[in-house]
Amino acid sequence: MSAVTADAHALFRYVLRLGDLSLVLGQRLGEWVGHAPALEEDLGLANIALDLIGQARLLLSYAGEIEGRGRSEDDIAYLREQGEFLNAVLAEQPNGDFGQTIVRQVLIDAFQLELYERMSASTDERLAAIAAKSVKETRYHLRYSGGWLVRLGDGTESSRALVQSALERLWPYTVELFAEDDLDRAMAERGAAPRLADVHAAWTIRLDEILAQATLTRPVDRPQSRHGKRGQHSEHLGYILAEMQHLQRTYPGARW
Amino acid sequence: MNSAALSGRAAPPGEDPVALAWQALKTVEDPELPALKIVDLGLIRFVRLRSDGGLEVGLSPTYVGCPATEVIRRGVEQALCSAQLGDCVVTEVLSPAWSSDWITAAGRQKLQMCGIVPPERTVANMREVLRADRPPACPRCGSADTECLSEFGSTPCKALHRCRACLEPFEYFKCI
Repeated sequence: MSAVTADAHALFRYVLRLGDLSLVLGQRLGEWVGHAPALEEDLGLANIALDLIGQARLLLSYAGEIEGRGRSEDDIAYLREQGEFLNAVLAEQPNGDFGQTIVRQVLIDAFQLELYERMSASTDERLAAIAAKSVKETRYHLRYSGGWLVRLGDGTESSRALVQSALERLWPYTVELFAEDDLDRAMAERGAAPRLADVHAAWTIRLDEILAQATLTRPVDRPQSRHGKRGQHSEHLGYILAEMQHLQRTYPGARW
Repeated sequence: MNSAALSGRAAPPGEDPVALAWQALKTVEDPELPALKIVDLGLIRFVRLRSDGGLEVGLSPTYVGCPATEVIRRGVEQALCSAQLGDCVVTEVLSPAWSSDWITAAGRQKLQMCGIVPPERTVANMREVLRADRPPACPRCGSADTECLSEFGSTPCKALHRCRACLEPFEYFKCI
């Protein structure tokens, strides 16, 4: 591979990581439509899902252009196999109860907020534009999810126990978000993406503020080896894809 | 950037095609806010003549996931086609990202008139979005005693509030 194509391939994979995180989380949140505890939460979760799918569309279209093989956002979303999805596995974890959904959302919203804020200054103009657009919406996502975490954590004994146990369960998955590998490093060196260590430091401060307000205890970091960013997923992703891709797999090329 | 090309009869001689295009674009509505035109929201970023003589219109989405985006785009294309201005290209402009600061004075007034409180902050204060802020005053009775019912209302760009004085619900156009 020439240097140019190796660079393009690295950027392609990096953009897929970002796009898949939003796509899979958006798809998960969509499962709440019609099932949320109240109409307001149904609308809130659906609106956040829409924003995430919107981000995924921009990112996956860009990935298709970088790849240069004529694949559209839809081809990339609907016609890839599980091992080709590069999202961190936290995004695909089941919704569980409303509290668990909120915990997962706070963890990822805060990650995307700190990541996009820094990526707005990316040397890659397209990534900078997508990040600058997305960060504004992400602030509202975190305002929603963080607000709920505070109410549930600082709520009744039972709501507090539910979100604390969801936090214990999901916390280990956050390690992967910040585990810098060769691809993350290469993108940071090119100035296309921020250093994950910087994102992690800012994320921790933000999380600690929310957890303190919510009277919740931050779980201890334990070493974890999750490799969704390399395409090795939990058993949950396959079920998400079966539902999301069913129509295009059954009726290839079907359009609205 | 996504572009879609349209072709049609050229603009009549002696007329400024850019001005005619702006005239045509002023008729395009936002399907989610029918009282407003998209120019009131500041969604048209530019209209310019390309070197080949065709027109190019820059259009920005409000929210990346807003379902109205596609409808607005079709509205723009139809308006340009029926104005018969020759070849036109609609280009999606992502950067700089659309901001609620660009809603025009007329747009803010129209929002008020249909009971939607226009954004109270400018984007320079966006970082403060994460702090709980003073809820907007009721657009009907003016009372400051209001509460937020839902951060996301009937569309992603609006939050749902309620006035504790007159008990009426109202929408607030979020600062973004």
